[in-house]
Amino acid sequence: MPTRDMPSRIAPSRISVDGVGKSFTTEQGALHVLDNISFEVGDGDIVAIVGPSGCGKSTLMNIVAGFDRPDRGAVSVDGIVQTKPSSRGILISQAGSVFPWLTVQQNLMFGLNGQAHGDKKQLADHYAEMVGLKGFEARYPHELSGGMLKRAELARALVVKPEILYMDEPFSALDALLHLRMRNELLRILEQERHTVLLITHDVEEAIHVANRVIVLSARPTTIKATFDVPFPHPRKLSSAPVQELRAAILRELGVDSYST
Amino acid sequence: MIAAKQVLPAIAVIALIIGVWWAVVVMTASVVFPTPWQVVTGTIELIRDGTLWEHIGASLFRVGSGFGLAVIVAVPLGLWMGWVRGAYVTLNPLFQMLRPISPIAWIPIAILWFGVGNLSPIFLIFISSVFPMVVQTTAGVHTIEKRYLRAAANFGVSRATLFRQVVIPAVLPQIIVGMRIGLGVAWLVVVAAEMIALRSGLGYLIIDSRNAGNRYDLVIAGMIIIGLIGLLLDGLMRLLEGLKVVRWRYAH
Repeated sequence: MPTRDMPSRIAPSRISVDGVGKSFTTEQGALHVLDNISFEVGDGDIVAIVGPSGCGKSTLMNIVAGFDRPDRGAVSVDGIVQTKPSSRGILISQAGSVFPWLTVQQNLMFGLNGQAHGDKKQLADHYAEMVGLKGFEARYPHELSGGMLKRAELARALVVKPEILYMDEPFSALDALLHLRMRNELLRILEQERHTVLLITHDVEEAIHVANRVIVLSARPTTIKATFDVPFPHPRKLSSAPVQELRAAILRELGVDSYST
Repeated sequence: MIAAKQVLPAIAVIALIIGVWWAVVVMTASVVFPTPWQVVTGTIELIRDGTLWEHIGASLFRVGSGFGLAVIVAVPLGLWMGWVRGAYVTLNPLFQMLRPISPIAWIPIAILWFGVGNLSPIFLIFISSVFPMVVQTTAGVHTIEKRYLRAAANFGVSRATLFRQVVIPAVLPQIIVGMRIGLGVAWLVVVAAEMIALRSGLGYLIIDSRNAGNRYDLVIAGMIIIGLIGLLLDGLMRLLEGLKVVRWRYAH
């Protein structure tokens, strides 16, 4: 059963989204994208946001991560209103942003300020190993496969030890098998590093696999339609009956009858 | 094998042209226009008395100075115009207006300002190569993909790091393209400039060979040498495209 606007666990709120609204002016007039979105993400929470395509998921993510201002409402991180992006929350997007002109190691060291070069290298190599890029530190991104690029992107974010990972369809560009593998890797890493994660996805299975709470958005102008807790312990067996029931319930909220597909 | 297959037709065309040229000169019994062999002997003559190296050296020195100066000015200026909107809005119209003026048109002014020494051609080369490089560099900054700038903003790096590790390497491939264009134009212009007022250089060699006794063998020798050196200069610029830091741009 959907629980509406209830925090999933007792934890201090890390991200607080309060009445956020956003419109864009287009040639056809004002496009009302986000309409009064409010939710909380606790420390160490993994929250997935699912919604129909074009519902403004990425707009919401840009606002939460500090790249864009809301027209109404506010986003605060640790009680401070978010006005610009910061290295305390790193955004990983579908397109990826590993710098093609830097090697894997240089990319990983990019965000590290004010440390000795040797320490930076050590940290970079540590995270390269964690994501399975050991031995590829000297490679340039165009010499890597799509999956390895994602690993590099993830490692570059982890190196700066952010409190929050903002993930906007991070693995959507990968094929199904690689997608699943990266999800497992992500879960393994999150177990070690315990980040707060806000994950945007159109993939309900991915949401249930990774998150402990799933927020379902409506079509434009977007509001929160429902919130589901995902109470299953890891490792989750996606084919089990309760998981499938939850999946069906979420899909119903999205207007899809899962039994007919 | 594949390389040979690609080179062969090119060599065949050149051989054909030389063949036709030779045949026509022999058939028309021209006394002014040289045969290919006369061009070869003329070239050897120039090599023997050492003047060829002097002319090549003089031309390369002028191109090197003018082009080098243009790089030093164009790259920072282009980066600045690309990054600061106000600088772009202010300077771009002026540059767009100056750019289509042929460097040859600047020759009278160059002589007026700098006389007939080395400075005139250096100035002309500077004028001719600085604009394409400014334009390319500016365009390079404008086309940096947003996602990279956003990532840099996300990590909150210093301005120095932003420029050193994101903006400049992102623009570098475009800068190299600009340098290739700039050096090509510079080489065209130096020859033209040397034909007007100077006492050395490959342009002077050509015009002097004609004026002093209709030595058309040396005229053609000079032309061929200009072509070969131009090819070599472009080859050097292409080597820059093979650098590891820019290969991402050309890898696909």
